[in-house]
Amino acid sequence: MNGIHDLGGKQGFGKINILQDEPIFRAEWERRMFAMFILTFAGGFFNVDKFRFAVENMDPVHYLTSPYYEHWLHALEQFAEEHGVLAPGELDAKVAELKKEAA
Amino acid sequence: MSDHHAEGRYTTDTALRVKAIESLLIEKNLLDPKAIERIVDLYENKIGPRNGARVVAKAWTDPTYKKWLLEDGTKAIASLGYSGVQGEDMVVVENTATVHNVLVCTLCSCYPWPTLGLPPNWYKEAPYRSRVVIDPRGVLKEFGVSIPSGVEVRVWDSNADLRYMVLPMRPAGTEGMSEEQLADLVTRDSMIGVGFPATVASAA
Repeated sequence: MNGIHDLGGKQGFGKINILQDEPIFRAEWERRMFAMFILTFAGGFFNVDKFRFAVENMDPVHYLTSPYYEHWLHALEQFAEEHGVLAPGELDAKVAELKKEAA
Repeated sequence: MSDHHAEGRYTTDTALRVKAIESLLIEKNLLDPKAIERIVDLYENKIGPRNGARVVAKAWTDPTYKKWLLEDGTKAIASLGYSGVQGEDMVVVENTATVHNVLVCTLCSCYPWPTLGLPPNWYKEAPYRSRVVIDPRGVLKEFGVSIPSGVEVRVWDSNADLRYMVLPMRPAGTEGMSEEQLADLVTRDSMIGVGFPATVASAA
């Protein structure tokens, strides 16, 4: 599929952000997102092709401005809904609930 | 860490959303919280570029192994115990006095996990992925790597099925070093092609 993910040869993205001794995960949510994804992949929730297709269908601006593991979140949300594991709106409701708890 | 610019501007909401989906999957008994810890530990502490460094050091000291590695990377690497997710099909490309190899995944983030661990963030971000295929020498300069004009630069674009790893050149002055000592010279960047192994002086 042609799309924003097909970055080879595109211009204007600026300097490479090279960081020495960067941690493997930069935040706790990246850690948990990574592991959740590996486990749901191992559990047969999706395969590599489905994953790629989900990420390649992201909104181009969102794709370019979000941290990498947010792409994985986007894909996992989509698969969870497709499999009927999450009802439409269920995740938003949970986010609202957690927000309230944190406030 | 929360003010780290590379984490992007969606971080706070994203963190909450990740927590929400995790809570829901655990509530539905679809996810074991202990398994999350095990996976994190595996990729933070056990699988990383030290694996690839052992492959390289063996190739530097054992010509038969090196030949096998270049002919059938997947099997030769698996013989040292490194295989699995994102390393199912491996091709090893050799740097020589006339060829320098560099890896990228222009479409996404494909990277040989069993030998190199998880990729650095720059490998997954737009600037490297877009530019290394049209201006590899310029990109290498940003990494502090200068390739003489007489040396050919080859860029290998990974895909979902096939992963590459660079076999860097053995540094001069390392004759008589053990495989273990040599492995300590091998850097992650040298196996991506954006760096060189440490020299004996810099490692000492």
